[in-house]
Order: sequence, then C-alpha cells, then structure tokens
Amino acid sequence: MSSIDNSMHAKSLWSEGFSRLKKNKASMVSLSIIIIVCLIALFARQLAPYSFETQNMDHILAPPGGDYLLGTDSLGRDMLSRIIFGSRMSMAVGIITAILSLIFGALYGAISGWVGGTLDAYMMRFIDILYAIPSLVLLIIVKVIFDSLDLFDNPELKALTGILLALSIVGWVTLARMVRGQVLQIREMVYVEAAQAMGARGWWIVAKHIFPNILGPIIVLLTFQIPSNILYESILSFIGLGLQPPFSSWGVLASDGWRSLRTYPHLIISPSIILSVVILSFNLFGDGLRDAFDPKMKK
Amino acid sequence: MFKLFKDANQRQWIQWVIKFTGWSSFLILISSVVMSFIGYVVSPQLIIANIVFSIAFFITYTFQQHMTVYVIKRVFGAFITLLVIATITFTLLRLLPGGPFDQDKALPPEVIANIEAKYHLDKPVLVQYWHYLSGIAQGDLGDSYKYIGRSVTDIISETLPNTLQLGIYALLICYLFGIPAGVFAASKHNSWADNTIMTIAISGVTLPSFLVAAILILIFSVQLNWLPPALWDGPEYYIMPMLVLGIRPAAIIARLTRASVLEVINSDYIRTARSKGLPERVILFKHVLKNSLIPVLTFSGPLVSGVLTGSFITELIFAVPGMGKHLIQSVTNRDYPLILGLTLLFSAVLVLTNLLVDLLYSFFDPRIKLS
Repeated sequence: MSSIDNSMHAKSLWSEGFSRLKKNKASMVSLSIIIIVCLIALFARQLAPYSFETQNMDHILAPPGGDYLLGTDSLGRDMLSRIIFGSRMSMAVGIITAILSLIFGALYGAISGWVGGTLDAYMMRFIDILYAIPSLVLLIIVKVIFDSLDLFDNPELKALTGILLALSIVGWVTLARMVRGQVLQIREMVYVEAAQAMGARGWWIVAKHIFPNILGPIIVLLTFQIPSNILYESILSFIGLGLQPPFSSWGVLASDGWRSLRTYPHLIISPSIILSVVILSFNLFGDGLRDAFDPKMKK
Repeated sequence: MFKLFKDANQRQWIQWVIKFTGWSSFLILISSVVMSFIGYVVSPQLIIANIVFSIAFFITYTFQQHMTVYVIKRVFGAFITLLVIATITFTLLRLLPGGPFDQDKALPPEVIANIEAKYHLDKPVLVQYWHYLSGIAQGDLGDSYKYIGRSVTDIISETLPNTLQLGIYALLICYLFGIPAGVFAASKHNSWADNTIMTIAISGVTLPSFLVAAILILIFSVQLNWLPPALWDGPEYYIMPMLVLGIRPAAIIARLTRASVLEVINSDYIRTARSKGLPERVILFKHVLKNSLIPVLTFSGPLVSGVLTGSFITELIFAVPGMGKHLIQSVTNRDYPLILGLTLLFSAVLVLTNLLVDLLYSFFDPRIKLS
C-alpha cells in the first residue's frame, strides 16, 4: 500500500489541460457534435436515404415530412441527403483548408521569427501588405484562377480545388503572424539558451524545443480557423462563386434557399441551422481548448 | 522649423489646439452621422471642415509628440504598400482565364482589335502596367470596360458615399452596443446576465451575415411589414443593413471588452481603489474603463477591414447601390480597371485607418511611444 495520495502525482501540462477541458460542459457537448458531424460526413453514402443528385420530378419543393424528412428542393432532390452529402464538402473545406494554411503559415512564421533581422522585417512587411488587400477580392480572384487549372481527376476534389486553395491563401497570413510571435517569445527562454550553449543546431532547437511549446496555441488557432473557413465558403457560395452543381455544401444549400426565402423558407432553414450549429460548436470548443491549455489561465 | 515646434510643444496653446481640433472633428463626425441618418444631406462644406480639423489635430499632435519622422516614414511606407498591392492585383488579373471582351457571340476580329487598341490591351503587359501606374499618378484610374463611357472615378464617386454611410453606421452600432454589453457582462462576471450576453455575442460571431439578414427580413419585412427588404432610400432602409453588418463586429467588440475589463479588474491599482472604499460604480467607470478600452481601440484596424469586407455582402443582400456589388461583378466581368481601382481604394482606406489608429493609440495611452 502506498501512502502517497494519488492526487499528488505529477501531471504533465497536457493531461492537466485535458482534465480541465473535460470539466467544461459546453466544450464537451461541442466536441461531441463535431465528432458526430465528422462521422456523418465520412459515412454519407451509407446514411443518406437518397442520392444527392437524384431528381424526383413528382415531388418538387415538397414540404418537410413524409417520405422526405426535410422536404425537397426545386429539382425534387431530397434536402436531408443533400445536407448529409453537403457536410462532406463543408467539413473538407474547413479542415483541409485549415491544415494547408497551417503548414504554410507555420513554416513562414517559424522561419521569420527564428532567423529574425532583415529577413524577418521583409517577411513581415509582405504580410502587412497582404493584410491591406481586402480579403474578399483576393479570395475571388485567386479562386477564379485556380478553378481554371485542372489539378485533380476526382470530381469532388476538382470542384473543391479553387475554394480550398483560395481560402488557404487568405488564411495562412493570420497563422504566420501568430506563429512568429510565439517563436519570438520562446526563443528568448532560458531552456533555448541552454540548448544553444550545449551546441544544439538551429533546426534541432526549433523542432525539439520550440515546436512542442507552440503546439497548444497553434491547435487553438486551428480550431478557430475551421469555422471561419466554413463561414467564408458559405459567403463565397452566396455570391455565386461556391461549388459547382451538382455538388453542394451547407453554404450552397443555404444560399440556394435564400433565393426562395419568402415562398419556401424550409429550403434555407434546415441547412442554416446545421451550418450555425457546427460553426458555433467549433467556436465553443476552441474557447474551451484555449481556457484549458493557455498557461495564463492556470489557477 | 522643427526647433520652433520643439520649444513650443509644452506650451499651453498647443494643448488647446489639440483639444479643440480633436473634439470638434469628433463632434462634427458624430453630428453628421446622425444628420445623415435622419435624412438630411450632409453638406460637402461640413465634410471638408471635418477633414481640415482632423488633419490639423493629427499634425499638431505629431509635432507635439516629436513623431514627425515616424509619421513621414509611415506615409512613405503606405505609398510603397499601395504600389505593391497595385502590382500584385495587376499580375493576378492577367492570370485570370478569359478576357474582358469574351462574349457568347464572338465579335469580328477587327472590332476586337479596335477595342483592344483603345484600352491598350494589344500592347505588352509591361507597357500596360506602366500606362496604368502613370494613370494613377495623375489621379486617373482608367475607364470601365463594362460600363461604357464611365470612368472608374465616376463609379467610385457615385457609390462610395453609400458604402461609407453603411460602414460608419455599422461601426457606430458596434461601439454603441458592443462596449456597454462587454462592460456590463464583465461587471456581472459569471452571473446569468454575463452568460446570456456572451451567448448572444458568440452567436453573433458565428452566424453568417446572410442568415441574420434572412431572419430579419422574414420577421420585419415579411411578417410585420415594418421595414423595406431592400434598397437605400431613407432611415427605414438603413436599419436592417446596418444591423446585419454591425452585429458581427459588435459581438467581437463585446467579447474583447469583457476580456479586457476582467483583466483590468484583477490588477493591483483596482485592488487599491477598492481598499480605499470607493464605490464599485466609480471604480468601474473612472478606473477600469479607461484602461480596458485601449485594446478595444487597437482592434479598430482589423474591425474596419472586417466591416469593409462584410459591406460587400450586405450591399449584395439588400441591393444597396454601393461599391460592393461592383467589386464582385467586376471580377466576373474581367473589368480590370474597375477591380484595380476599387481594390486600391479599399487598401488605401485600410492603410490609412491603421496609421490613424496607431496615432490615436499613443494619444490615449501615453505610455506607448511610437518611433
């Protein structure tokens, strides 16, 4: 029998963070919503009652209920199936874009912050300039350019390329700035100095000492990047520059519904509820993550 | 000349000039916003007077704080930024597939050759670039390709007032509602009021603007028939667009204010004020608010950028005759001069706002020294 109290065991920063996160009810509910939606997106083919492109001309604009749980659209396509398949596109846009912009932004920010000096000044100058271009203009132009390139054969990926790349190009800037700030802060720490004194090389220090320490803030930022990408995608769809039919995302569905707002409100209600709930969940989960892993909030 | 100002900067009169010009430009701005909202047309003289006052304010303040070199550097940097943005946008536009005069029915080659000669499109890209830059230097943004016979400057001067109006109203909403909501939530930290306000705020951040618009239109235009669902013709037309545009920044500001007030409330000097036995109200308004609003002010730069981007969508939703519609359509139309002109204008607004916010930042927080 050990006489040491279990609660006295040393906890790593991560496990302590996780235990704090588990206590946050809103975040845990949000996390489960996110996981459910991800599963729905993965198993869309098995879950959807109909195909997303089958048109049923006998049931055009059917109201919710009966055979079609959420009604049908103006081409007689089942709304529920379109929303389920739409989750594939929306989540793909949110997550892939966040990862793409993270890879580029983190590399850029880390180089800028670690090398410092003139290079840092020029790299940050470039970011300032990108910040001054209205993001929507950049988004639209870049998307139209990338849409004209044929990079993939898979029809789903092909429809997504323009949006993915355009959103990543707009999104990496924020991440680069944040990563640079973190690197600048951590390279002044004593343990980095100690590693240098022991003769560690630059890339070793970045990979072994700096990266693990900025991982927390990066993950938090990533969680906030995903909903903002989903939001931007819906805005692009709204101005008519979203996915090409027959593919649909929640944004495409909601903006289609917008056109018949007065006559068939069910077309906008269901996609917008799921869109808002998912965006809200990501934001609440991000808040919880930040509270749990930000050392400043530690009590 | 600098010497003269250096000696003068501690004198009373220069303080008076700063106070007078600052307050008058602020008051004129507020009153003209209110006037334009009620439906009066704000006269150009008033706008010019306000610009003169604010320029006078910033110049005297710059001299007084010995920031002349800094400001000149920043203004120079702003021009470089705009030049680079013009170059980036120009290059991107030439990468766009399709040309401005592609139509379903192909035009005869002679006609295309004529059109291209008129707009210098037959020349090498570098020559076109040079033409464009020298045009800007002379204040000429070129002619629109799609709106035949109208220059980009015409289109901008027609639509800019509406966009500005919408943007300023939205900013006003965002400060008028966001800051008090944030302060109130923080002062009632962890109570039901705090939770309610923050839930509303986070929903405001997450909802896409066209959904907010859909909800408002369904309630106020379709059901109650109180407000018109589109166009830009008077106070009743302004309400929904400014709400739709303002709700997201207001929510962000509320969250920011709350966080910043909470941070200040836990600081040492607030504990001192409490131990002196000052009433909570005095502590909140006299001690906490002043310091906690500084981060909110710094956020004004990104805020203006967000409101500008949002205004494109809001204008599209409510058919507001502003620049947003042109901006989106001009890309689809490949109307190169119009895209370039609008992008440059927006970027100039952003760059200028950031400079002004930085100056104001040092004005409100004297601990910050810009150099």
